[in-house]
Amino acid sequence: MSARDTDWDGVRLHVVTGKGGTGKTTVAAALALALAAEGRKVLLVEVEGRQGIAQVFDLPPLPYEERKIAVAPGGGDVFALAVDPEEAMLEYLEMFYGMRRAGKALTKMGVVDFATTIAPGLRDVLVTGKTSEAVRRRGKNGRRVYDAVVLDAPPTGRIARFLNVTSEVAGLARLGPIKNHADLVRGVMASPETRVHFVTLLEEMPVQETLDGIAELREARLRPGGIFINMTRPPLFAKATLDAAAKGHFDAAELALGLKAVGLADSGNASAMAESLAEALTAEVADHARRTALERRERRTLAGAHLPRYELPLLADGVDLAGLYELAEAIRAQGAA
Amino acid sequence: MSVKSAPVLHTDAILADPRTRIIVCCGAGGVGKTTTAAALGLRAAEHGRSVVVLTVDPARRLAQSMGLTHLDNVPRRVAGVDGPGELHAMMLDMKRTFDEIIEAHADPERAKQILSNPFYQSLSSSFSGTQEYMAMEKLGQLRRSDEWDLIIVDTPPSRSALDFLDAPERLGRFLDGRFIRLLTAPAKAGGRSAFKLLNAGFGLVAGVLTKVLGANVLKDIQTFVSALDAVFGGFRQRADQTYQLLQAPGTAFLVVAAPERDAMREASYFVERLAEERMPLAGLVVNRVHRTPATSLSAARSAAAAEELEARGEHELTAAVLRLHTGRMQLAAREAREQEHFISAHPTVPVTQVPAMAEDVHDLDGLRQIGEMLAEAPKGTRAVG
Repeated sequence: MSARDTDWDGVRLHVVTGKGGTGKTTVAAALALALAAEGRKVLLVEVEGRQGIAQVFDLPPLPYEERKIAVAPGGGDVFALAVDPEEAMLEYLEMFYGMRRAGKALTKMGVVDFATTIAPGLRDVLVTGKTSEAVRRRGKNGRRVYDAVVLDAPPTGRIARFLNVTSEVAGLARLGPIKNHADLVRGVMASPETRVHFVTLLEEMPVQETLDGIAELREARLRPGGIFINMTRPPLFAKATLDAAAKGHFDAAELALGLKAVGLADSGNASAMAESLAEALTAEVADHARRTALERRERRTLAGAHLPRYELPLLADGVDLAGLYELAEAIRAQGAA
Repeated sequence: MSVKSAPVLHTDAILADPRTRIIVCCGAGGVGKTTTAAALGLRAAEHGRSVVVLTVDPARRLAQSMGLTHLDNVPRRVAGVDGPGELHAMMLDMKRTFDEIIEAHADPERAKQILSNPFYQSLSSSFSGTQEYMAMEKLGQLRRSDEWDLIIVDTPPSRSALDFLDAPERLGRFLDGRFIRLLTAPAKAGGRSAFKLLNAGFGLVAGVLTKVLGANVLKDIQTFVSALDAVFGGFRQRADQTYQLLQAPGTAFLVVAAPERDAMREASYFVERLAEERMPLAGLVVNRVHRTPATSLSAARSAAAAEELEARGEHELTAAVLRLHTGRMQLAAREAREQEHFISAHPTVPVTQVPAMAEDVHDLDGLRQIGEMLAEAPKGTRAVG
């Protein structure tokens, strides 16, 4: 394996969560690429039936089957799996009870529908169970099949409950095979080889949900990993300039001179034009200054969580395949993989 | 940078129309659904209507922005509303709502039996569809009480944004289905051996269930289902009523989105699904649209000018401002494209836009401001950015 030291050496299951709209699936995909770099094999799993991985990688919808979807920088394979709870249930029945045929009867009777949609927590146990199986799976040579598994998990508000499968099924099964299975899965989720990463933006609500989610995980004795601050922009101005702009003291006259110098006000009344453009742009700067001040506050708040933080740039052209590799590179450069 | 023209969504007309009794805000997670619901509620109240906002999102800030320290299962009056109307707000407590249904419909002893059943306890607090079902149930209760003339509800942050449409039907189908009849059969036949009386298919299934779940689980489920069955006699009927309430002419669905690919894609999907279900769609609200006051300067020209100044090593400040402006114009262009995709696919859906704000909403003034922006004719149908 690679000789580089990373912050998460020894972690085999990377669970990625985040508030809706923060780019959770994109970051999970980029993390999988980064972890697979230099000849490793990584499985990227999604569990919410949204086909988010297929969209991010610009592929047709993924079946319930592990298939190779991308080659990582420096060689290395990313496999993907879209877990379907019904298929997982049938597979589970077959694997543990040799009951494929019974499974079909169960489907017909609506029992599988019941188990995967109605029964409390069972759906979560099935999908986390499938993920844990992939983490623990070994090949004929006795080595693990995947160097790492990345799970694109449900949003932050649900993450602790989703992973804390034992308590989820407690009402359904206090004893018996389901309970045993849940205990096994819980073991994987709570192991030192598992970390839960949070994706956030520098905005109030996602930051607050991140902190709440971290607290909930700690309470459930699960292990938070890193915080991925997504869609950040490089600073354009000195802090003093921004502070002045926020207070309405931006030097619009200097801006107007610059605009004139570069020929952006070159018609009949150049000065008036430069001034009106400068005024509109000054409003933009003031808006930017307010926004930057808020981002600074949110950065400080996140620092209070005492977890490693990584910054991922806003991609100017939106997320495409090239953008994913750019994010994967940023993840590697900061030591997250 | 212009967005193809779409019909304008006039939120004020919807709010002012006394025939509008229910507004459902739906859309992907993280697009500002709850804030939209609260802002519409405040605006409607300030136009004289008596409004209740039912939220399922436990965002504390929203409660605080309405001057309430917390929201719970009972509508609380929001102070500081200008004008003759009233605004109430509440947050769905799904377990409490479920308990209330049981208490209202069962005799005390049977209610006690159901409420203490372990299967019921987990179903009512963690079943992934319970929240959706109870949100719709609560909506039905509020509507029947006729205490408010406008109910605004935001939908649960589902894994699939459509769960709230499917959950009642699913729960109803399940509780009415063959599986339940199988489970309740022993109780009805008065003995456990009833399984044997059923055909081989049932026997096989019961055997599997016992093996996989364990006998105690099966028994819990049986007890629960037969108790519940006796109480309702027709859960499905209830689900159907809720569904019809949503289809009624007094209901307006607002799909909420942000001008980003995933959110707009979800919005498209939602619009199609609502049409399929013959649900009355009022239009699309696009939140957090980035606008700039300096639209006359294009991204390309701005970038070229910044580059030139940087190359000359002059006017550093102006160069930085031009870089900022370039980024904002590019963002506006991207957002316009995402909206254009939607508009091409759904040219008849009315649209309104709410500009991005530098900070989140913290108080009624903030909500009021959002309400005003919702009511304005969307500039974006002519020019975004």
